Amino acid sequence: MIALQGVRKAYATSSGPSQILENVDLKVDRGDSIGILGRNGAGKSTLLRIIGGVEQPDQGTVTQTMSISWPLAFAGGFQSALTGADNVRFICRIYGVDPDASMPYVEAFTELGKYLHEPVRTYSSGMRARLAFASSMVVEFDCYLIDEIVAVGDSRFQTKCHEELFEKRSDRAKIIVSHDAGYIREHCQRAAVLLKGVLWHFDSVDEAYDVYSASMK
Amino acid sequence: MMQDSLANSWIIQRRVIGALLMREILTRYGRHNIGFLWLFAEPMLFTLGVTTLWSLSGAHHLSAIPIVAFAITGYSSVLLWRSMPSRCISAIEPNLPLLHHRNVRLIDVFLSRILLEAVGTTISFVVLVLFFWGLEWLKPPEDAVKVALGWVMLSWFGASLAIFLGALSASSELVEKFWHPAAYILFPLSGAAFLVDGLPTAAQEYALFLPMVHGVELLREGYFGSAIRAHYDIGYMALWNAGLTVAGLLRLRVVSREVRPE
Repeated sequence: MIALQGVRKAYATSSGPSQILENVDLKVDRGDSIGILGRNGAGKSTLLRIIGGVEQPDQGTVTQTMSISWPLAFAGGFQSALTGADNVRFICRIYGVDPDASMPYVEAFTELGKYLHEPVRTYSSGMRARLAFASSMVVEFDCYLIDEIVAVGDSRFQTKCHEELFEKRSDRAKIIVSHDAGYIREHCQRAAVLLKGVLWHFDSVDEAYDVYSASMK
Repeated sequence: MMQDSLANSWIIQRRVIGALLMREILTRYGRHNIGFLWLFAEPMLFTLGVTTLWSLSGAHHLSAIPIVAFAITGYSSVLLWRSMPSRCISAIEPNLPLLHHRNVRLIDVFLSRILLEAVGTTISFVVLVLFFWGLEWLKPPEDAVKVALGWVMLSWFGASLAIFLGALSASSELVEKFWHPAAYILFPLSGAAFLVDGLPTAAQEYALFLPMVHGVELLREGYFGSAIRAHYDIGYMALWNAGLTVAGLLRLRVVSREVRPE
């Protein structure tokens, strides 16, 4: 279970504090897949970072009884001067996974070939996305936080992500943020919409979709 | 709630620091030429250079101690308290991507850098002493425990200064601008290049304001024993170290809450 209660977050800007999240409540049980819709800049990534323990809320609590992945965004979390393989080894070590045992999977999934041993700074965004996705599949979590990553990349990458996340790991919880309502509709049991810092919950994805579409007008 | 027990957090922290150390060695030294051997080759080259310079410039007239022993004990001490802060100032920015992983905290980033400097400088010191002892250019220390104690005190001073300045550098780039001149000016005042006993009585009192002087004096008393008269107050140095440690950790706690991984 993951529970957020009364979470507030503001960032300091040069023109005063900017309130990003306003009293957000959220509950995720084992195996749930929840979509969070929001426009660019609505605070979706901030919300995922708070759930992932990357940032602390100003107020409110985050309670967890299951392991949560880091927010799977398509660029973050890599040291660009190091090779892809070294980055994966680092991630394995901090999560207590055997790096050597994980490498064959990463090689097969990313299809990076010799580029796996080149610095990440030489990668295209698609290559980074493949590496980011593969490295998070190497560590088994109860809940995966997915920040748009699956929406990038070509259809082959999307198919592979789908297999790993929704077929092989269909029993795990997922929190997916996106501005792509179609993707959320396809993959989530329920959805919420983040509007002006407030998270609105809906029982069906369709209801959430209607509210989200209306907010875009 | 999944409260990590203390033992469990310790296991995680050790794992994270271990991973950071490996990563740090790779980013700094790579896999080229002698690789991680630079960790202590670099401080050794520094110390050898200064030792040569001091020997040639006739600095050995300053004290009764042979110049090689004087330079190695002195300059190694400087490296110990100077390199740790240099590595921790501005350490946050390049490591921001790693903070995406909840187990990686800023204190781990600092500790791994501090540990790496401590290991490198210590190996350099020990190897140089053994090497020149082999050449019979210097004698072994009279009281190795005292030398170790002085070394530990200087390491603690370096580590606490590193955490303090590293945390401060997150909110102001002035820290980085001022550290280099400050470290440069502190070097001749730090006790590396003089013995307190050799200073005029009036100056001794002022020299002993600086905490690292006490550590160097203790280390040299351990090394040369009766050949010199050392002046130090380890309680005074410990007070400085503890103060810097507490202030640094408090500041780091604030910074950790404010920092935003890219």
